[in-house]
Amino acid sequence: MAPAAELVEATKRYGAVEALKGVSLRIELGEVVAMLGPNGAGKTTSISLLLGLRKPTSGKASLFGLDPNDLDARSRVGVMLQESGVPNMLKVREIVELFRGYYPSPMPRDRAIAMAGLEEKAGALVKDLSGGQRQRLYFALAVCGNPDVLFLDEPTVGMDVEGRRSFIDRIKEFAQLGRTVVLTTHYLEEADQLAKRVIVIDRGVVIADAPPAVIKSKVAGKRVRFVAPDLHEKNLDGLPVTAVTIKDGRVQLLTNEPESVLRDLFLRGVEISDLEVSGADLEDAFIALTSH
Amino acid sequence: MLLRQTWAEFVKLWRVPAFSATSLLLPIVFYAFIGIGQASQKLQGTNVTFGAYFLGSMAVYSVANVMVFSFGISVANERGMKTDLLMRATPLPPIVYLLAKCITAIAFAALTLVVLFPFAYIAGAVRLEADQWFTLAYRVLLGSIPFIGLGFAVGYLSGPNSAVAVINLIYLPMAFASGLFFPKQLLPEIVQQISPYLPLYRFGQLGWDAVGAPTSENVTTNWLYLVGYGVAFFAIAAWAYRREEGRKFS
Repeated sequence: MAPAAELVEATKRYGAVEALKGVSLRIELGEVVAMLGPNGAGKTTSISLLLGLRKPTSGKASLFGLDPNDLDARSRVGVMLQESGVPNMLKVREIVELFRGYYPSPMPRDRAIAMAGLEEKAGALVKDLSGGQRQRLYFALAVCGNPDVLFLDEPTVGMDVEGRRSFIDRIKEFAQLGRTVVLTTHYLEEADQLAKRVIVIDRGVVIADAPPAVIKSKVAGKRVRFVAPDLHEKNLDGLPVTAVTIKDGRVQLLTNEPESVLRDLFLRGVEISDLEVSGADLEDAFIALTSH
Repeated sequence: MLLRQTWAEFVKLWRVPAFSATSLLLPIVFYAFIGIGQASQKLQGTNVTFGAYFLGSMAVYSVANVMVFSFGISVANERGMKTDLLMRATPLPPIVYLLAKCITAIAFAALTLVVLFPFAYIAGAVRLEADQWFTLAYRVLLGSIPFIGLGFAVGYLSGPNSAVAVINLIYLPMAFASGLFFPKQLLPEIVQQISPYLPLYRFGQLGWDAVGAPTSENVTTNWLYLVGYGVAFFAIAAWAYRREEGRKFS
């Protein structure tokens, strides 16, 4: 059977910028996949190619084995795009009803609204929604056609922690219907909570494609910084660190086990001052991933 | 699908008072200020009253106004909000989207006539034969189609914030220069030279002819001019649309 979505050796060039440098990926029906990467990595470009919103410079993009611009392919897909507005002067229930009408076998209107948690706002005009509610409306519009594949481009961007958590639950609820979900995100923990497969994209290439647990084990969870003028690289031999930078006696380590690293350093008699342990951000995670 | 889309487009426009109120009420306000005072005076050498003549002017003005504004502003806005991007990802055929906008604009234009005609009948004491009312209505609705092209072109060529200003700058001076507010004879000499080449002037002639007022050109010539403008406006609109497609979706 044809995969739900596929890129074959796809490249995309915007003027002088090469946003994708030969990406191949194949997403089967029923998979829940997260595309992870920093800003400008090529996540949105990949999704745009899969949806037919952009044409690949070379290579191929397909949906269900069809051209992504084929209306039959599109009628099986729901989409949530970054910053794409909807008419302000329609009510939530009106616009959901309108979008349902585009699809051959939509879900009931009120069910789509409930899936997005917008029951209380069903009679409100779009212009009166808050940012988070708007984001949920886009979700309702993406699922109302009862799609086989749901594409979500940074669905939780701009949400607070609580909003993000409840939103992830809604996406999970949809995925549990056995549908395919492809989402892009900045956050490893979001990918971890939702997806069974994480595709890491950086500077236009896929640098990892594995279950979240595997990605997590490769990516350092903590960043340890300290000053140790006498430290040599060989002092760190055998320690569970994923990346090291030493400059003018200032040391930065990426590790998943900061406690045991520090204990071993003390045991080895390394003098440490100005110790600082913090959570590694995505930038650090990429340093770790690309240095492997 | 088309019906539902048209309904949504209509509701969208209707709920913007800046559009719906001005396009329905402004023509009768103009009619009240300019038309009523001398409504019963006969045009020189004819039996046609100024009230009837000015009804022709305002029918043309209000219908073309709806076309240019509804299209210009909604297209520019949707581009600004990137709604077009989301619509591209849905299975809605673009032609349905476009047709829905056209039908909505024509329906709205018809609505302005529903307001304007009774107002002219009552306040301006305009009495026309049944077939004259009918001719005026169908001519202005049919003749408004080229202005859809104009609105579309402006919507694609200007930004969401500048669309209203651009349309006002084009439309209002053109309406004056075409003699829709004051007879052409009162305009400066240079403007009188230009006006026969303006689409609204040709459109206006069709309206004046429908109420029985004398016009300088015959009806067929005026229609041919409008067809020519229609082709030109739609060509510009199609070019602007393709240019945008090339930028956004390639």
